[in-house]
Amino acid sequence: MAWEHFAHGADIGVRGVARTCAEAFAEAAVALTAVVVEPAAVAPRSAVPIRCAAPDDELLLVDWLNAIVYEMATRGMLFGRFEVRLADHSLDAVAWGETLDRPRHRPAVEVKGATYTALSVRERGDGSWVAQCVVDV
Amino acid sequence: MDTARLVRVAECEWQLPQQGAMRVPGIIFADEPLVRAMDDKVPEQLANVASLPGIVQAAYAMPDAHWGYGFPIGGVAAFDPDVGGVVSAGGVGFDISCGVRTLLTGLTRADVEPVKVALADTLAARIPAGVGSTGALRLTPDEMDAMLRGGARWAVAQGYGRPEDLERTEEGGVMAGADPAQVSAAAKRRQRDEMGTLGSGNHYLEVQHVAAVYDAAIAQAYGLAVGDVVISIHCGSRGLGHQIGTEFLREMAITAGAAGILLPDRELACAPIRSAVGERYLGAMRAAINCALANRQILTHLTRESLREVLPAARLALLYDVSHNTCKVEEHVVDGRPRRLHVHRKGATRAFGPGHPDLPRAFYASGQPVLIGGSMGTASYVLAGTQQSMTEAFGSACHGAGRAMSRHEAARRWHGRKVIDELAARGVLVRSPSWRGVAEEAPGAYKDVTAVVDAADHAGLARKVARLEPLVCIKG
Repeated sequence: MAWEHFAHGADIGVRGVARTCAEAFAEAAVALTAVVVEPAAVAPRSAVPIRCAAPDDELLLVDWLNAIVYEMATRGMLFGRFEVRLADHSLDAVAWGETLDRPRHRPAVEVKGATYTALSVRERGDGSWVAQCVVDV
Repeated sequence: MDTARLVRVAECEWQLPQQGAMRVPGIIFADEPLVRAMDDKVPEQLANVASLPGIVQAAYAMPDAHWGYGFPIGGVAAFDPDVGGVVSAGGVGFDISCGVRTLLTGLTRADVEPVKVALADTLAARIPAGVGSTGALRLTPDEMDAMLRGGARWAVAQGYGRPEDLERTEEGGVMAGADPAQVSAAAKRRQRDEMGTLGSGNHYLEVQHVAAVYDAAIAQAYGLAVGDVVISIHCGSRGLGHQIGTEFLREMAITAGAAGILLPDRELACAPIRSAVGERYLGAMRAAINCALANRQILTHLTRESLREVLPAARLALLYDVSHNTCKVEEHVVDGRPRRLHVHRKGATRAFGPGHPDLPRAFYASGQPVLIGGSMGTASYVLAGTQQSMTEAFGSACHGAGRAMSRHEAARRWHGRKVIDELAARGVLVRSPSWRGVAEEAPGAYKDVTAVVDAADHAGLARKVARLEPLVCIKG
């Protein structure tokens, strides 16, 4: 399992790569956090449940990332670990994290929203899964 | 970009001929080096925008255009509801009504330099900036709705500013047609702690000095002279606008097919102007414009309070407030006939020329101030709207430099602390809660704003009036 960022002119692409689609979603979420702060610096002190459903898996990925953006903004939290279950274009997840501590975390930038740009959820030839899109910062 | 697909029709104007699904041509305003440096995604996105129903005249790209979401950033497109025109959440973007306002201090650089450090520290302490920053203002549900209906006018009535600020704000400080009932509970919740906050990323508050004047008459009309100190604020509608953008982008992407709209790219998500979704979006989007205007008005108040401590002689009259990410109903003459159009500007500034009825009397002869943000180490510009722009691009111009490299690459190349030290050695004091944020916004990560502004001037979109250089920068 791995996450990475990819270049987009003005913003940042987030990508999760894993053995399963659900794990790729979880890794994409770690990549989202890494836009803001080093994920390893976020302690998994409390759990926030997140559920969403969409007409297809690509919209579901955007909904999932936007749900995390919303929870970060309204709870004042950062999340560093994610457990995701997928079934029929619906998602049942737990995001683990802690309250943002500005002096300690020194967050770089806030994410405004996940976009449909470079949006893709697909199984690769080697059986691994990729989940990615560009996020607006 | 490979220019082979383009036809050069003037020194700074390139046409992307109508072909395939395009209903109108695309037009790129830029000089040759800027066009060559543009991403290949710009013509691709321009062609996609040109294929949307009801588009009028052409799809335009400003000199700072770059790869955006559906629409290029630096994109302008107008749609006519009478011929099935659409409104696009992607064509407005997430940060609805992100914009710039500039305040005239009435002071000179010589007045400010001796207290620059105290000024930087006071502004940094008083202006909520960066991820997780919160404003002091908490609105009840009724107050939130009043703010969404009243914009800057509401803020001034609450004591955040002066009545004369309003005539120096687009729309007189309040966007008509806002419908708070179309703003979701989630969007209002996301805004709860963010009234009067600057945000992060490329948002900033800068103390600047006028380094050069290019048009003495217009500069005088704007109250700008070499050596003057001004303060510019760049921010938008905060979490509320972001959430509205997120929700309507999704809804329009899902419903476009049923409305008979073939989307070449999901990010072009749109709906007929005359549809339930379209009307709900317009009501919510206009409420977000008011949120942005109120937010910049509150930040203006906090700025004035800060200056009162450090430089009590500062006048701080508002020069003007412009928005970058909007869809507005405007009358434009097309083929000799006036038409009411929904003009989308995504990362583009309105640039109404002299004599336009929507301008305050003070700008009737000069055209509206077009405020172009730069990066913290380079320069910003003040331009003036032109008559030519009214016919060339629905009265629109560029909005900034545009990034030259990704945030990831910038953070790899520079260290925030070092950027701050280097800028301090050049006389620019930066205050930011995040070193990585500063590195990602390093001056070298941006394109040359001067080239962008010169191209806008040469293309006739806006006339160059003055160059502003930073003294203090508060970064989110």
